[in-house]
Amino acid sequence: MQKSTQAGFWKKNQRALAPWFFMAPGIIMFLVYVIYPIFQSIGISFYEWDGLGPKTYVGLQNYRDLLDDDSFYTSLKNNVIWLVLYLLAIPAGLAVALFLNQTVAGIRLYKSLFFFPFVISQVVVGLIFTWFYAPGFGILPHVINFFTGTPTAILADDKYATYGVIAAGLWPQTAYCMILYLTGLNNISPDQVEAARMDNAKGWSMLWHIIIPQLRPATFIALVVTVIGALRSFDLISVMTVGGPFGSTRVLSYFMYEQSLSEYGTAMGYGAAIAVVLFAIMLVFISLFIVRMLSQERNA
Amino acid sequence: MRSLKALAGLALGVSLFATAAVAGEIVLNSDQSDPAPKKAMEELIADFQKANPGITVKWNNFDHEGYKSAIRNFLTADAPDVAAWYAGNRMAPFVKAGLFEDVSDVWKDNGLDDALKSASASMTIDGKKWGVPYTYYQWGIYYNKDVYKKAGVTEPKNWAEFVANCEKFKAAGVDCLTTGDKGGWPAAGIFDYINMRTNGYEFHMDLTAGKVKWTDPKVKATFAEWAKVVPYMSANATAIDWQDAAALMAQGKAANYVMGNFAVDTFKKGGMTNDNLGFMIFPEITAGIPRAEEAPTDTFHIPSGAKNKADARKFLAFVASADAQTKMNATLGQLPVNNKATAADDPFIKTGFTELSSAYALAQFFDRDAPADMAKAGMDGFQEFITHPENIDAILERLDKVAAKVYK
Repeated sequence: MQKSTQAGFWKKNQRALAPWFFMAPGIIMFLVYVIYPIFQSIGISFYEWDGLGPKTYVGLQNYRDLLDDDSFYTSLKNNVIWLVLYLLAIPAGLAVALFLNQTVAGIRLYKSLFFFPFVISQVVVGLIFTWFYAPGFGILPHVINFFTGTPTAILADDKYATYGVIAAGLWPQTAYCMILYLTGLNNISPDQVEAARMDNAKGWSMLWHIIIPQLRPATFIALVVTVIGALRSFDLISVMTVGGPFGSTRVLSYFMYEQSLSEYGTAMGYGAAIAVVLFAIMLVFISLFIVRMLSQERNA
Repeated sequence: MRSLKALAGLALGVSLFATAAVAGEIVLNSDQSDPAPKKAMEELIADFQKANPGITVKWNNFDHEGYKSAIRNFLTADAPDVAAWYAGNRMAPFVKAGLFEDVSDVWKDNGLDDALKSASASMTIDGKKWGVPYTYYQWGIYYNKDVYKKAGVTEPKNWAEFVANCEKFKAAGVDCLTTGDKGGWPAAGIFDYINMRTNGYEFHMDLTAGKVKWTDPKVKATFAEWAKVVPYMSANATAIDWQDAAALMAQGKAANYVMGNFAVDTFKKGGMTNDNLGFMIFPEITAGIPRAEEAPTDTFHIPSGAKNKADARKFLAFVASADAQTKMNATLGQLPVNNKATAADDPFIKTGFTELSSAYALAQFFDRDAPADMAKAGMDGFQEFITHPENIDAILERLDKVAAKVYK
């Protein structure tokens, strides 16, 4: 009797329950490894804690300290610079993609060579650029010396160091955007291009009115990955400057690492407060993207 | 929350059970990842096992940098029986959190209070000993004798002469003082010395312990002395690794380098020999101040969560013994802490031995004497100072702000 009711329940609700069962592994992982840590971080940010001893509740003190901390503003400013300059990867990637979108012998090889910087590890990219900038044996100081008479070492100067690191980051990011656009270019409808040609569209007007509108999905993805890439920039800074000279190349993520996880930092609460701020900034972009994606899905 | 704690306790219990050491086995975690320290450790372990049949050592060797964050995890989660760490303020957080075992008995039973006297103070917190030191090394100024000859300069007898020499090195087209401060700590060595020579050991210790302010006129005096040599320091020092600056000196492009004795190996790899590599004790600045030196000390500790504390104590006693330290430091190329041990037959080690044994007091180094977050802010400040000496007032005020947070 009981068995049959159980079977009945399952039968009745099978359609409603099955998707949840299939999603369960993903949902559980997501809850445990993403959602729970987010709230845990927010919780820790109200405490003073060295990671070992007892926690003391300090309310909003960590956030007040943050507002009074010059390093926080330096990091925030650098994050904005990263965000703005990193977007250059999108037009640069488009330019390279347009350039490579032709049928010449061996074009596949050229394409893969241009894609190469994205395949190699960010750490390697950082090392190569560090040597490139290095005072003494790097080539760039010699080039600058030739033009200006002073061998400026980019990474030693607090005014230029951040730009030096961003330039290194743009190299692989451009390759990434390029590959997105190359795939996009494959899906351009030849009819439209043909029709535009009949109407005498050429060069810029062809690019602006016919090609780019059709590349919109690729542009959207490129924008998303570039913004996220800029906000989570960490490895290049860690490899190239260690946040220096005197903290002038720190971004929020690196600042957080330095405060709570590095050799010299054990301030878990303070680091968590930085993480919450970074999360809030990311949330703005993420919600924008999600809203846009949802509205597109509805229209489709 | 309580159920969560119980669950965590259960998990911990299970993991303890799973990794429980075999009787007579001690688990040793350390970070001797470089070739010479690794070899020294292997010999030490082999000798210990020979001297104590029935005890085997299970050695987990960590990467040097990774160890510093790993130790925080394994001390709380899965404590070994012996762990390597550092003396002074660097061990204070672990001692205060109750993660290290009081080993005063090991000191007492083996007569270490006498044999390890020079490191006794830096191993003591709240009147108890928390570990055993096995090696240290001296700091000072390493210099290129060929460059001195070329510039027609002799070894300075005091700071004024050192500064005067810099002018002559400049005329010869050589950087008077080089440093590769990308990591932040090499400049901290310069600061430690100038501060100890200007204001003395006690003041330096008070500063790193947060008892005096960074805006104190005495600290300003230190930076005023430092400012005298900043114009003669290698350009772009903040973007250079310390080894690359060592190359500058080996190539004759720089004359002096404030460094620890571990750099001798790097200088020699760069082509220098005992004939042209010179060493001098950091010159006197304020006359009459007792001479204190930097001697970072490496240590072994027993975590309070250790499972085999009895055998771990035997290991600590063995490491502290004169014979073990003589042999180990010969391989390491460093100085034994045990004053009955003999230092290796090497000119730099011999000088270091006299330098340290005749010193008034020993400092551990800026990032071990000051708490970690203060050390980081300080090293950032030193980096800024050598690039923009004119910012000194802003730097010191910022350091005071950090200090107010760190030492409350």
